[in-house]
Amino acid sequence: MSEHDAERQWLQADPWAHLAQLTPARIALGRCGVSMPTDETLRFSLAHAQARDAVHTPLAMDDMARACVDAGFDTLCVASRAPNRDVYLQRPDWGRRLDDDSAARLSACPVAPGGLAFVIGDGLSALAVARHAVPFLLAARPLADAQGWPRCPVVLASQARVALGDEIGALLQARVVVVLIGERPGLSSPDSMGLYLTYTPRIGRLDAERNCISNIRPEGLAVPLAARKLAWMLNRSRELGCSGVRLKDDSDGLLAP
Amino acid sequence: MAYTYTLGMRRYGFPDLKTLLARATPPRAGDRLAGIAAESAEERVVARMCLAEVPLADFLAQALIPYESDEVTRLIVDTHDRAAFAPMSHLTVGDFRNWLLSDAADSAMLARVAPGITPEMAAAVCKLMRNQDLILVASKCRVVTRFRDTIGLPGRLAVRLQPNHPTDDARGIAASVLDGLLYGAGDAVIGINPASDSLAAIHDLLRLLDDVRGRFDIPTQTCVLTHVTNTLALIGRGAPVDLVFQSIAGTEAANAGFGINLALLAEAHAAAQALGRGTVGDNVMYFETGQGSALSANAHHGVDQQTCEARAYAVARHFRPLLVNTVVGFIGPEYLYDGKEIIRAGLEDHFCGKLLGLPMGCDVCYTNHAEADQDDMDNLLTLLGAAGVNFIMGVPGADDIMLNYQSTSFHDALYLRQVLGLKRAPEFDAWLERMQLAGADGRLLPPGASAALMDMTRALT
Repeated sequence: MSEHDAERQWLQADPWAHLAQLTPARIALGRCGVSMPTDETLRFSLAHAQARDAVHTPLAMDDMARACVDAGFDTLCVASRAPNRDVYLQRPDWGRRLDDDSAARLSACPVAPGGLAFVIGDGLSALAVARHAVPFLLAARPLADAQGWPRCPVVLASQARVALGDEIGALLQARVVVVLIGERPGLSSPDSMGLYLTYTPRIGRLDAERNCISNIRPEGLAVPLAARKLAWMLNRSRELGCSGVRLKDDSDGLLAP
Repeated sequence: MAYTYTLGMRRYGFPDLKTLLARATPPRAGDRLAGIAAESAEERVVARMCLAEVPLADFLAQALIPYESDEVTRLIVDTHDRAAFAPMSHLTVGDFRNWLLSDAADSAMLARVAPGITPEMAAAVCKLMRNQDLILVASKCRVVTRFRDTIGLPGRLAVRLQPNHPTDDARGIAASVLDGLLYGAGDAVIGINPASDSLAAIHDLLRLLDDVRGRFDIPTQTCVLTHVTNTLALIGRGAPVDLVFQSIAGTEAANAGFGINLALLAEAHAAAQALGRGTVGDNVMYFETGQGSALSANAHHGVDQQTCEARAYAVARHFRPLLVNTVVGFIGPEYLYDGKEIIRAGLEDHFCGKLLGLPMGCDVCYTNHAEADQDDMDNLLTLLGAAGVNFIMGVPGADDIMLNYQSTSFHDALYLRQVLGLKRAPEFDAWLERMQLAGADGRLLPPGASAALMDMTRALT
């Protein structure tokens, strides 16, 4: 303890800091009076600022498209009916439908019926898909190819909700659509990506008809393991002829790294 | 029945009572999303003027959601206490507001008339009230409940200790429980939102919490917030269940979306009461609610989200709960867009619940896609403290690492105690003093003074 620390009697450290190794929760923070010390107040503010930025920073469509093309994927860019983020946040129904121009372009696109369509949507964190979507596609492609799934173009969607994939998948006549989308950021996870698989997508599919893999990020579910989980679910959905609550994710035991 | 109001040369029409209520509601995203909000600021105030003239008796004469098709409506109608309603039976909604604010409506009177007030009446008068009115009337309502301690006494505030962990790790949860106890939190309940839905995992968590509680003889209750059917199954297996948790909503269809109905809640209520684990009382239910749940289940029947929420309180009231928690900012900006809407909704929910006779607490919270921050939460927390809220949440550092949202911290509760002079549940305050965690004045002793709890922190690591 330095002599300055000795003067700072008003800042009380918690003598149970050893518990902090047991949980990522914000414990043993100490207090000044009953209040939060300055350093934790600022740390919290920074985490919130990063989460807010993740919600509001737009998906850089050109960069994303280039990255997809460079990785060898045919790519199409579309937009939902939500014209901006502010509207997107208040009108989830508009984020689930394509704008007219996007729908027309997808309709005109040559399709391989019965294929597997990937959609990359910004969702609530463009940062998440900017970081993890292309590495995920690269990991998943050989696994999907090995199962013989016809390829569809990768669709990049802005102001997208999960169900936007239903309309996209239907227009591409895909048998399965897989939507990679930014999840609602937490304070400690601004870049968490979710994945939603829907068999025979069409407008009006219920959430109970999808399967989800969530928390895809280095500190959560790593990309290679998430890709293997997807491959397992793709195969299982083709066997069952459906997705959703009937497709129970039993992959854990099979996929231990 | 249609309602009309003439303002100058313009005649406003509202086709029915539910439309009138929706148009009169302070602005919020969920009503806009549902397409039932007022189309102009003027229409909103005119609707309030029209609503002010509606007799309370109209709410008994016409159901917003048909009696035949909705069991929540049937519950409201069939359990309405006409004798308790008598003192208000001649009032309009506008009169009702004036009366509630007057000295005639003191704590004893408000407790007497509560069974005569329907959720729709509470929601209606709420729409005519400013925030200060919601605070003043709620502060006069006293709702006291008991299990192992006494919650809701005047001048007291309880805290739910919420030690969530993303993988339900037992030691991680225990670390957060100890952190909360060392900060003097946990008198409302020590309650975990589990990440897992597995019965075995939930059983383990129940044992963990019961062990900690029993080891230090803490006068509080524990809960794992899982689906009521899970809790029923675990009661059947002999798990140490203090409280039955369930999320509830204000329409039969929305409750069906939660996988529940009134009969199931009654079965769980009876099963938990039969365990007889309470020492000072037998309030065994813990309900959570929140504006927007009916709309998000597409089960709102064109009724505004604040009125749907008040109807959920009729469901809660039927089962004499220990705790009712409106999780106000959790649902997201498509229902409550920003800090202003969240603060208003929190005060509305607390007011309506208290007026109906419920032990209301509030999860003062927001998500990262809402236009809100810690300052908004400080405002709502302070306002609810002034309104006499029964309990709030205590989450380490206000950051729930499992549910990914921000709530109130252990520090926040201490702030509210210090600013407003609020004590804890009396049994819990006495325990803190016994454990050398707090002094006789309820203020925390220097960190680490409690040898017993410090020993447990060392044993964990």
